[in-house]
Amino acid sequence: MTSQSAVLVGGGHNGLVCATYLARAGYKVQILEARETVGGAASTISFAPGYQVSGLAHILHSLSPKVCRDLNLPGAGPGPWLAIDTISLDRQGHHLTLGENSVSGQGLSDKDLKAYPAFKQEFLSYAEALEPLMMNKPPRLKDMDLKDKLTLARLGWKLRFGLGAGSMREFLRVGGINIFDVLNEIFDDERLKGAIATDAIIGHHMGPRTPTTVLTYLLRLRGEIGGAAALPLGGMGQIARMLSESAQKAGVVIRTSARVKRILVDDGRASGVELETGELVNADLVISNADAKNTFLNLVGTQELDAMFARRIHTTRTNGNVAKIHLALNGLPSIEGLSTEQLSQRLIVAPSMRYLEHAFNHAKYGEYSEHPVLEITIPSITDPELAPSGHHVMSICASFAPYHLKNGWQQDDLQTGLQPDLQNRLQEKERFLDKVTALISDYAPGFASRVVASQILTPVDIEAEYNITGGHWHHGEMTIDQSFMMRPVHGTAQYDTPIDGLFLCGAAAHPGGGVTGIPGHNAAQRILAMGAR
Amino acid sequence: MAGQSWEKTMEQTSESQRGEAHDFRQVLKHSPFHVRVDDISQIKSWSSWNGYQTARCYDTLASEYFAIRSSCSVMDLTPMEKYRISGPDANRFLSRLVVRNISKLRVNRVTYVVWCNDDGKVLDDGTIFRLAESEYRLCSQHHQLDWLLISSLGMDVNIIEETHDVAALSVQGPTACAVLSEAGIEDLGQLKPFQIMQTTMLGFELTVSRTGYTGDLGYELWTGTDNALKLWDTIFGVKARGLYDVKPIGLEALEIVRVEAGFILPGDDFNTAETTVRAEHDRSPFELGLDWLVNFEKGYFTGKRALRREQGNPIKRRLVKLKVEGNKPPTDSFLYDAKNGQRIGTIKTNIWSPILKANLTMADIEYKQGKAPGDIWAEIYYQKELEWRATWAQCSVSEEPFWSHPRRTAKPPAMY
Repeated sequence: MTSQSAVLVGGGHNGLVCATYLARAGYKVQILEARETVGGAASTISFAPGYQVSGLAHILHSLSPKVCRDLNLPGAGPGPWLAIDTISLDRQGHHLTLGENSVSGQGLSDKDLKAYPAFKQEFLSYAEALEPLMMNKPPRLKDMDLKDKLTLARLGWKLRFGLGAGSMREFLRVGGINIFDVLNEIFDDERLKGAIATDAIIGHHMGPRTPTTVLTYLLRLRGEIGGAAALPLGGMGQIARMLSESAQKAGVVIRTSARVKRILVDDGRASGVELETGELVNADLVISNADAKNTFLNLVGTQELDAMFARRIHTTRTNGNVAKIHLALNGLPSIEGLSTEQLSQRLIVAPSMRYLEHAFNHAKYGEYSEHPVLEITIPSITDPELAPSGHHVMSICASFAPYHLKNGWQQDDLQTGLQPDLQNRLQEKERFLDKVTALISDYAPGFASRVVASQILTPVDIEAEYNITGGHWHHGEMTIDQSFMMRPVHGTAQYDTPIDGLFLCGAAAHPGGGVTGIPGHNAAQRILAMGAR
Repeated sequence: MAGQSWEKTMEQTSESQRGEAHDFRQVLKHSPFHVRVDDISQIKSWSSWNGYQTARCYDTLASEYFAIRSSCSVMDLTPMEKYRISGPDANRFLSRLVVRNISKLRVNRVTYVVWCNDDGKVLDDGTIFRLAESEYRLCSQHHQLDWLLISSLGMDVNIIEETHDVAALSVQGPTACAVLSEAGIEDLGQLKPFQIMQTTMLGFELTVSRTGYTGDLGYELWTGTDNALKLWDTIFGVKARGLYDVKPIGLEALEIVRVEAGFILPGDDFNTAETTVRAEHDRSPFELGLDWLVNFEKGYFTGKRALRREQGNPIKRRLVKLKVEGNKPPTDSFLYDAKNGQRIGTIKTNIWSPILKANLTMADIEYKQGKAPGDIWAEIYYQKELEWRATWAQCSVSEEPFWSHPRRTAKPPAMY
């Protein structure tokens, strides 16, 4: 046991996980959270009186089973969440349903029907081969320690003998290329390819033709290893509540509405934090759940860092590209060919890869998509408490809505130096919201009249509300150059940082975003292994 | 937000970079002194120094060397990289940039500095001139704008490259003070080493610093490019009046005196970190014998963590001032720990010092258990009537500059 103290900057889901592990190991742990609730991107919010919804992340792609076991969460096994399939909407009503191992839908060829399970199995095995990398610190390639060597050895073993020679060769072929080429090799149906490719690009600044979209697809698939995608009952905030209870049981002190202004560094060593109120909190360790830019450039300050390290952090790509939209509905939308049960699944608007690519094209030039890609859930169908009786809530992730919108998202958002007329800028958010509503109406006639209240969070709003630089819900693009031993950048990819006693534990660290608890778990392991250093 | 100030700096700098259109047929840039330099040059021996057409030698090397050591020499210093650094965080910025503690650098003082990359390897050396409370000039050997901008992230500082906007002359030698006083610079005798004064001359503003690269008395003069020719003509007017000899000198003579004075030259004596590709081919301040510059007491600076780690280990190699016996030029010679012994290094720069009658060099040698080898020998290849021969010469490390003169710091300097 140790008598060391640790303070966490931010109490997101990863921060809660990390804090719990440390408290159980004897650390005196305190979480300082700027917002009124812990959980970070895992939250349930009320956006209109009586309507509740997951505030940011809305679909659980598996909390790490190991974290669930270790923290005695009810999630070890079937948890307080409902597994859902993906339904890709079609204007003619020929919707596709994509399950873990099967796909169904009118008009699919026998070839595609057969190819899908084989494809999923193959790609799940790739995702699984990467698993040794996931629950450990990413190995350094220079000056490896024993653990790094073990991780690499297990990765090599999994790739060579887990996959077998043929699959390994195929994995190495597709690992760095784009999902567009891969899916075109395997499938014919445009709807099917669009639906699968959505998983490769959603949340990223990428289209299906962007290199390394196979990797982002694998990172998404790895969630399925622990179970299918699911909707948490009570919204994502329930996950935060579970984790928070577990943390408090372990002795973690949680302080909300306690915004950290500065991480104190004393001769190269973190010594505590200063709150916005001026209050100083000293600690032996400071663990940041904030994103890397916020942690290093804002809270620590470039003054305490090597110049090139600061620049590497500065140049990471962290601009969000998704708007989160919440709609209060006075009744269920009716989509031709979908039952109420089917409406409770994950619905996507992604009719083809061409559609996705065109949607992305706008983002390249600082515009929102003319025809956005949507990921829709209506959690109130299975969880009626989220909305007044007979009413529903709809949660939408709408891509693409770039952080740097050419015309600016709002009045004080002068990112580009252009001077469009003020009125225009004030309306951009509303316009995008209208576009999304209109798009859904194409599938659900009369939908617009069902909407009784709405909220749209652009990346700029997400940045302000959730304290995430750029409003990127993964704390930075999960491209190959920002993953593994380069996440967030080399030099701080093993949870420790150039500042002694300062650690990263959030999605900015390996293996990145998603409500998985893995970065928090890995950071805690790293801190415990490093001891007092 | 940090990011915005960064982009702002980039814009400002690129604005000042554009300048007027450049004639593509003129490969090397002409300094504002060029018409005079070209006129005096007898042998038209040119070299590129930071892209400027620079005289290597005007007529004979010996006469230029002895002008520096025994009378008054003038060199066009315009091509030296110059940056104007200002703004509320200027001091904080420079403090984080360089390894030396500059917090005590007063206004109108100059100091010598080096700066490192994250790994504590030297990128370049130079001098910082504190011109006003938060206004500095940084002079460097190589182009550093990109590194300065990288280092400015998160700091409220303006960085402007002014290499092309400031005409500079280096006036060095025993009679430098006398010549410049005759040329009309008042109160020059009061100027202390590494001190700056602002003055006017013939109605234009002139900055004078008592600095140089020769180990002797000398001054550097800084003014707007429009005043360049007036400045040149006034100084050479002292010679025309028959009072003192004043001689323009080129890069070759400078090379001799700077080695005599023990000044290192990044890029020649050691590989700068930015241009290094191979592992261990870059050098830390410790490996350059500049440990006296590194201050661990001050706040954080780039490379501090790496240098602190390195400080704990015995030094593996060092750039040393090495005197080589005999009169055969040890150009690019290998060095050994005994005659026919183990190879321990190479000579980077060598000159024949007329004033000391000795082969003086800058050499990179391996240390053993943190110490210089006791016995060092150079294997010298030399030609006699086109026939190559080899010989051995014993070497000795000098911790002090090979040559220095009390004149360098005398106040006031003798007027001769």
